[in-house]
Amino acid sequence: MNFPMEPYLALLLIGFLPSEVWRWLGLLFGRGLDENSEIILWVRAVATALVAAVVARIVLFPPGALAAVPVEVRLAALGLGFLAFLVFRRSAFAGVIVGEAVLIGGAAALAP
Amino acid sequence: MATPSSEPAAVTSGGFLLGCRTALTSVFAFVISFTYIGFGALCHDYGLSMGWAMLSTALQWAGPAQVILVTGLAPGISLIETAVAVSLSSVRLFPIVVALIPVVRHESTRLWQLIVPVHFMAISVWIESMRMAPRLARDQRIAFCNGVGLTLLSIGVIFTGVGYVIQALLPAIFAAGAMFMTPISFLVSAARNAKLLLDKLALGLGLAIGPAMAFAKVEFDLLWTGIIAGTIAYGAHRLQRSRGRSAAS
Repeated sequence: MNFPMEPYLALLLIGFLPSEVWRWLGLLFGRGLDENSEIILWVRAVATALVAAVVARIVLFPPGALAAVPVEVRLAALGLGFLAFLVFRRSAFAGVIVGEAVLIGGAAALAP
Repeated sequence: MATPSSEPAAVTSGGFLLGCRTALTSVFAFVISFTYIGFGALCHDYGLSMGWAMLSTALQWAGPAQVILVTGLAPGISLIETAVAVSLSSVRLFPIVVALIPVVRHESTRLWQLIVPVHFMAISVWIESMRMAPRLARDQRIAFCNGVGLTLLSIGVIFTGVGYVIQALLPAIFAAGAMFMTPISFLVSAARNAKLLLDKLALGLGLAIGPAMAFAKVEFDLLWTGIIAGTIAYGAHRLQRSRGRSAAS
């Protein structure tokens, strides 16, 4: 068969649906809530903390190719990127570029 | 209050175009390009087709879930296990959507009008929407989110294809750089959005508690980190508010 359906079926059933269901549930729960309600403030704090947890997990327990970069380099890249963000008047671009430069430079310098 | 009936459609499309422009000039246009070049290259390595890779970005639109799916389709791994891992990695979408909906909807908004902006929701789109939407008239906010979401998703789909095609040309170190795009951009743009003590504390505590949970091998560590750090931040916010009130009286 030139056009195998299996990977597309897998994408729909074990890729799209298990992930999308959270967006639908969020829609159902969020619909009845007021923007300034206490519960929305709490949910926002939980969502923000979750973003931070995602950051920490990718840096400390990286997937694939990032795992080949030493943990010290990953942490330095995150820290110096954040410092650059603060120094350059809260510019997200500055933070990302400095963080990437430290990561790639550090990985290249420490490569055997 | 009902929305004014005199509002022409042009106002709504103004919100959409503003969303497109916001997305194109945000750090995420740049970040998503590189992240998805990495994903496209990964799909090529795993023997999937380019069409599949691009469709995965359009349908899933959640980086970690996509990587889990691709690596989990290898022979010998249970499909149920992969589906559970994909679902757990996307739990974070639930609170961001709950927090977004009350900001963008108004009384005449129908449920179906929210299905599309909700599909676009990812941390990047959420961060840009929460930053800008409160500054817009309420009837333009959904269109604005659609503009941000459609633009960033399109960039993701296009660069998935680009990464697939140029995979052989990429140096090994590029893959590490592409994966690092996600944490560094989430950190600085969430920090940029953090105006209240509530947001700053949630971010700081999440960074501190997250690794502790992960090292302790707690199950559902992301979720627990979110709930614990978020609740402490919310408690501190209430304490600060009641102090401010009693100081004012």
